[in-house]
Amino acid sequence: MSDPKTPIYLDYGATTPMDERVWQVMQPFFSQDFGNPSSVHAFGQRAEAGLEAARRDMAAQLNAEPGELIFTSGGTESDNLALRGAAFAARAARGANHILVSNVEHAAVARNAVQLADSHGFELELIPADQQGQVQPEEVAARLREDTAVVSVVMANNEVGTINPITEIAALCRARYIPLHTDAVQAGAYLPINVQSLGVDLLSLGAHKFYGPKGIGALYVSEGIKLLPTQAGGSHEEGLRAGTPNVPYIVGMAQAFSLVQGETEARATTLRSLRDQVINGVLKSVPDAQLTGHPEQRLPNHASFLFQGVDGNALLMLLDGAGFACSSGSACKTGDPEPSEILTAMGFTREWALGSLRVTVGIHTQPDEIEAFLTALPALVEKSRALETA
Amino acid sequence: MSTKVVVAMSGGVDSSVAAALLQRQGYEVIGMMMRLWSEPGRESHNRCCTPESMGIARQVAGQLGIPFYAVNAQESFRSTVVEYFLEGYASGVTPNPCLACNRHIRWEFLLERALAQGAEFMATGHYVRLQREPGQPERLFEAVDQAKDQSYVLSVLRPDQLRHALFPLGDLTKPEVRAIAAELNLPAATSKESQDLCFLGGEDYRAFLQRNAPQLGAPGPIQNRAGEVLGEHSGLIHYTIGQRKGLGIAAPEPFYVLEKDQAQNALIVGNQDELGDRELSAGQMNWTQGAAPSEPFAADVKIRYKATKAPAQISPLEGDRVHIRFDDPQRGFTPGQAAVIYREGEVLGGGLIEAAPPKAAHSQVQLAEALA
Repeated sequence: MSDPKTPIYLDYGATTPMDERVWQVMQPFFSQDFGNPSSVHAFGQRAEAGLEAARRDMAAQLNAEPGELIFTSGGTESDNLALRGAAFAARAARGANHILVSNVEHAAVARNAVQLADSHGFELELIPADQQGQVQPEEVAARLREDTAVVSVVMANNEVGTINPITEIAALCRARYIPLHTDAVQAGAYLPINVQSLGVDLLSLGAHKFYGPKGIGALYVSEGIKLLPTQAGGSHEEGLRAGTPNVPYIVGMAQAFSLVQGETEARATTLRSLRDQVINGVLKSVPDAQLTGHPEQRLPNHASFLFQGVDGNALLMLLDGAGFACSSGSACKTGDPEPSEILTAMGFTREWALGSLRVTVGIHTQPDEIEAFLTALPALVEKSRALETA
Repeated sequence: MSTKVVVAMSGGVDSSVAAALLQRQGYEVIGMMMRLWSEPGRESHNRCCTPESMGIARQVAGQLGIPFYAVNAQESFRSTVVEYFLEGYASGVTPNPCLACNRHIRWEFLLERALAQGAEFMATGHYVRLQREPGQPERLFEAVDQAKDQSYVLSVLRPDQLRHALFPLGDLTKPEVRAIAAELNLPAATSKESQDLCFLGGEDYRAFLQRNAPQLGAPGPIQNRAGEVLGEHSGLIHYTIGQRKGLGIAAPEPFYVLEKDQAQNALIVGNQDELGDRELSAGQMNWTQGAAPSEPFAADVKIRYKATKAPAQISPLEGDRVHIRFDDPQRGFTPGQAAVIYREGEVLGGGLIEAAPPKAAHSQVQLAEALA
């Protein structure tokens, strides 16, 4: 057993430690170049310079124009602005009232869509994913309508890691002039994000998933896509997101994004081998276990499982006690006795779906840490099974 | 490596101080807090685990630097404690869900998880003392602070549960506990202490029963011991043994609720003299030392959480039952509540008060006594 005093972090899908180089570039903007970027004077100008340089850098990484990048407080806000903004704008412009959303979205999209339907009268239609959590382009094509306001399909799912064929789906939507949003929050650190080759109209990112600070994110809004601002106020961020920009965090996010995007392929190769070590090891050593999500088309750092007859939260507690920090699917489920909506949508029974475990590796993960995890896990799964039958 | 102990935390001052004291004594402390059941739609109302109290418990754990886990016990709680509560009322007794919770949820469900986590002990903020001698079974005693003593609800603990128990507050008074909390700057929930059942969320239990077991609210006759109908009751669940007010019977002398006759759906009332009684039998006995004493013995018995102990003669019977004969008549035996047996402050055991024997036998005993 590993020493619980130095726990091993295997939850990079929940959040990541901030890169030291990110902290370096953020520091001057707290109390030195602290000005409000909207101010006329020299203080404001220095802050604005930092802000706009960050926008240019990040836009360049995305293969977008600087004016197409809106800074937000994180992935959830980006998802909100994209979905609500596009839905209301499409309703105003062309009377569109139909929202098409996959059934494997993060709550930031899924609950938004439900609220748009329940409280604002939109017609919500779900695009069913297959058993591996993947959204097939033909399922989207079959549901696109003249009055579809917006389509949203996650780029890579947070719970099961499956990567969706966004390029194909985007082409279908674009041919019908219907805006496509993709939540790329989980994908940002590990997949190349090029909005031109993807062909998407709206794309959400959150910095803390790619070794940047928490509480900051971005939304790519393709030129010509109309959004109704969700937050009214000053005319910051192309008039789409009122509020004084969080300059130090934006500068940090741009730096973090450029660091990860600059070496996605190299990182992916290392991470993939750690991930496969986890997947092969778990399936070999734990009986009545199955991998969730797509076996190949999955995030290079993401392994997710179901264990029959296990309470996922009880297992997490035992793992933590033994010095391993994992999650049961998303970071937000602690103490919730209900099986995940995504796993249920993928067709798993309650008895299996309650026993979920997500292991997400990252740049600091070492092979011997995975070894230690694989050594400890089988006994802990058995222990949590015993608790269920006690 | 130091001994691990799981503290069942609630966000309240007692369990927070318990955790702090154990840490000070050198234990490796882990905090756990259970999410208990509430009615659908009232999920955040369970008094034992409101989002606020959960937040405070987390804050205390953070301040002490100990791990903290929320443990989902909702299904277990519903299928044992809530069902027991509903079944109790359905069978005409007044159940005490805290007894069932301590036995099956806190000291089984949570203890299993504590032991699985590698802990040797589980601690709570209960005011009760445990005497632990090497090679001897643990002995359970009343708290030093008589006003806060909670030994009544812990009388359900078996030796295998007591073996893993720690009660760090048993030697302290409530003011001392508050002083420690203040000294350590521990936050505590602002909600005032309450004896209400946690899953009622501050609501009257009768409203809960109306929603969850509407059939129990059927009106029926109010009768005296002779079977004479004196009025109509609005459902047996609305009355408690010994109750005087709210019977709606006009009479020169006040009437008291003596008994609930579930089979006839009748509320049996009588005057003050009929209320007192000397004898009861209790079933489902638990003996904290494991085995029942073989001979009758003298002891003190408490028949409600807040009742005063009274001297009695205890005779163990077959089938985990006892017969208890009080030295002086007692008021308000309530079937379903516990009769807890003490000797010199030690909890010897407890059981559930059974419905009174048939009336005829009853009055014969009284007659015999009167003649003696």
